[in-house]
Amino acid sequence: MADTRSYTGEALKLIKRLRELRDLPSFPDGYAEEIKRIQDRIQSLRKGGGVPSPWDVVQIARHQDRPQTLDYIAHMLPDFIELKGDRLRSDDSAIVGGMGTLGDRKIMLVGHQKGHTLEERQERSFGMARPEGYRKAMRLARLAEKFGLPLVTLVDTGGAYPGKDAEEGGQAGAIANSILTFTGLKIPTVTVVIGEGGSGGALALAVCDRVLMLENSIYSVISPEGCAALLWRDAAEGPKAAAALHLIAMDLFELGLIDGVIPEPTGGAHTNHAATAKRVMRQVQLALSELSTLNADDRLRLRHDKYLKMGRYSQG
Amino acid sequence: MAKYVTVQVTRREPPAPVEVTGPQCKKCRHGLQDGELEQNFHVCPYCGYHYPMPARSRVTMLADEGSVTYIGEELRPADPLEFFDMRPYPERYEEAQKETGLTESMVAALCTVAAHPVALGVMDFKFMGGSMGSVLGERFYRLAQKAIAERRALVVTASSGGARMQEGLFSLMQMAKTVTAARLVGEAGLPYITILTHPTTGGVFASWSTTSDVIIAEPGAVMQFAGSRIIEQTTREKLPADFGTSEKQLSQGQVDMVIHRHDLRDRLGSILDFLAPGSAMASAGAAANAATGAAGGER
Ligand SMILES: [Zn+2]
Repeated sequence: MADTRSYTGEALKLIKRLRELRDLPSFPDGYAEEIKRIQDRIQSLRKGGGVPSPWDVVQIARHQDRPQTLDYIAHMLPDFIELKGDRLRSDDSAIVGGMGTLGDRKIMLVGHQKGHTLEERQERSFGMARPEGYRKAMRLARLAEKFGLPLVTLVDTGGAYPGKDAEEGGQAGAIANSILTFTGLKIPTVTVVIGEGGSGGALALAVCDRVLMLENSIYSVISPEGCAALLWRDAAEGPKAAAALHLIAMDLFELGLIDGVIPEPTGGAHTNHAATAKRVMRQVQLALSELSTLNADDRLRLRHDKYLKMGRYSQG
Repeated sequence: MAKYVTVQVTRREPPAPVEVTGPQCKKCRHGLQDGELEQNFHVCPYCGYHYPMPARSRVTMLADEGSVTYIGEELRPADPLEFFDMRPYPERYEEAQKETGLTESMVAALCTVAAHPVALGVMDFKFMGGSMGSVLGERFYRLAQKAIAERRALVVTASSGGARMQEGLFSLMQMAKTVTAARLVGEAGLPYITILTHPTTGGVFASWSTTSDVIIAEPGAVMQFAGSRIIEQTTREKLPADFGTSEKQLSQGQVDMVIHRHDLRDRLGSILDFLAPGSAMASAGAAANAATGAAGGER
């Protein structure tokens, strides 16, 4: 992978400026021109050498050696205590969770774990959770709420587990109720998409005060292959679908759908777990510090407002 | 002991295909007269199969006569990603608008149901496979706001193939938006009831349709989060014919009841008699009235 630090740095600054401009209460002179100039610059940066295409990013996001939840825990939460089980049926190892100290703050951390080796990946269903997984996540979220621990989630899943048992065990309701639980938490909540943010299985852990993404992660309503199979009637059109879906972190940041992008170390997150974990957790700590200056009611109201405003439509 | 009977089989010419002069039930093949299905609320009079129902017809069926006001009609789809697959997204939704006479996959209405004030959302599967996009999310939110401001129950019927892919992550976020909006209705102490009709799948099944106080399903409706093809491909499991049906969901504890379309309105009214604001007090009055023979003729 080429060194894309200069691209990432400049593109992020431009997108931040773009978002500021769009948020202005009134449009100053030269507003449209400045927006156009920024958008053109971003486009030309992307066409520059070494910037991965959306399809490339999909591959990097799914890379087997990318740091996963347990790697972040190993690097950043030395005193981590894992908590297991949904208290209803079983323990789903596609999602792991527990308590640990991040810097000087005690937190609850819940995240998908795909696994690195084939054996681990099969054991953990490649990070595709069943209802038990979402119910464990809800249980730990409520536990965090009870004891005032901020909740940090790490998202890395192709989607919810598509299986007969999972469906019959209430997969849809489990995801829906996990979303519902997250919309009611009074504790600060931060999520980071660290790899693949696949559809409802990702959203079940991601309705948070702050939504961050690693630079080479993706977040999408459907996998590009699935989208290609449905709309292009050919799963091989994944690269086209990946571009059309705007599923890469930079695009989603520009569209206002996420709150920040975390640059990866040179060569990508998979080449340096320690440095990646440090960067991610620094941003998480920053977000938690900001959020803890708000009182719980304001924080909850802001979270509701943010999600109630989601969507683009025309009127008339 | 089993008896074996030898049957003489005479080969006969296969019967000439029956001349189909009119529409037929796709389930039982019974011939249908013009308008017969529509008059029967899109339920086959011969086998009871529940066909997807046009949204406005369903509003008319559920709401008290003359009580309906549509809201949010001015909201139209936008194309935030300038999505182009084999055709541009605007071409697809404009075609759906022409075909259905609707502006989006859900209509939003303020009405009364059995005299209870209701904010009613009704999805239409014919509009782009009942996919959930930003307009649905916003209409849902406006219904929730009206419910809270005017002390109405929120009632929403689902009929969906899932998320609106052409709106990318905006469509996924409608799951969070609708669940948040419905939460506010609950926090205001107002009932939230969902009716799941055929089919209810994907993001709609995994969001607002399953976070309600009471979940009603229509007979034979199929509800699945993941598609059958994906399940069979991923797990090599063979799915039974009745997989995900209302009746299965009922036995697996995922819905409260399965109600025939003809009885929906009355059942909704009865549930609201219990849950609508102030009903705990009012029901004592109703019981007293019933005792004196004064109530009961209303519906
Ligand atoms: Zn029939």
